[in-house]
Amino acid sequence: MIRALVLFLSIALAAPLAAQDSLPPAPYAYKQLEDPAKEKAAQDLMMTLRCLTCQSQSIADSDAPMAGDMRNQVRERIARGEDPEAIRAWLIERYGDWVSYEPRVTTMTWPLFAAPVVLLLLAAIIVRKRFTRARAQGGKS
Amino acid sequence: MKHWAIWLPLALFGLLFAVFASGLIAPGDRTIASQMIGKPLPDFDLPQAVPDRPALAKADFTGGKPKLLNVFASWCVPCIAEAPVLAELAKAGVEIDGVAIRDRTADVQQFLARNGNPYTRIGRDDVSKIQFDLGSSGVPETFVINGKGIITYQHIGEIRADQVPMILQKLKEAQ
Repeated sequence: MIRALVLFLSIALAAPLAAQDSLPPAPYAYKQLEDPAKEKAAQDLMMTLRCLTCQSQSIADSDAPMAGDMRNQVRERIARGEDPEAIRAWLIERYGDWVSYEPRVTTMTWPLFAAPVVLLLLAAIIVRKRFTRARAQGGKS
Repeated sequence: MKHWAIWLPLALFGLLFAVFASGLIAPGDRTIASQMIGKPLPDFDLPQAVPDRPALAKADFTGGKPKLLNVFASWCVPCIAEAPVLAELAKAGVEIDGVAIRDRTADVQQFLARNGNPYTRIGRDDVSKIQFDLGSSGVPETFVINGKGIITYQHIGEIRADQVPMILQKLKEAQ
């Protein structure tokens, strides 16, 4: 029974390791940039870039090797003086809007931005109607 | 309150229910297609991965003949399944150039010795840079590059034996 459990555990724990590379992480995967301002810019950008292999994490949060390589790219480019938004654009050009957590206004996403405005306007109209009606009634009685 | 308005919450519930149910029954496609199809191959110049195959650079794809660019790794399990299919394509006269992602020379050599070597050239990329350049999000992936260095097709995941005619067709279209 215990042997079976140990066997099961060793198989369950070993399987995910099978698909890992043996190379050390890229130079700037876990190392911060020397310049704090640049590191801050890199960090802010990495929080809003989606990990390609884990999909619901940002690359700043993920330990996947590919996310590490992507952090390395971001930090190297920032260190070279590239603008964070240019790096985002470079990635969107390759992976589509998908890779960025910062939604852009496009023909597909504009309702996202329009909906709050429309709802607020609608609410304002309804509230105005109610108040004017109440005042009218209050005047009568 | 108007008579019809009492049905509004139920209708809203029904709508949300339908949205969630459809998402559960048929989850969306999670593969991330490259947006680089139809665009030129970005510049790259990778070092040699193994001593018996030359290194790989963008210039190798502008020779006028369509080729396959295969992204693989010795640590990638589906790549083992793909190896015989790539060998079949190589036998059919297709030139396949490979990039070993995050790999050591000794590991690549062992992988090729065990699974066969269909590659004409093999570059080595230790930081997955070529993947970001190509819009690729995993291994294995295969790109059809026409003779002018334009990416014409991306195949995500391993090429299966029954997909060989399709790949050959894509290469023909790239001519």
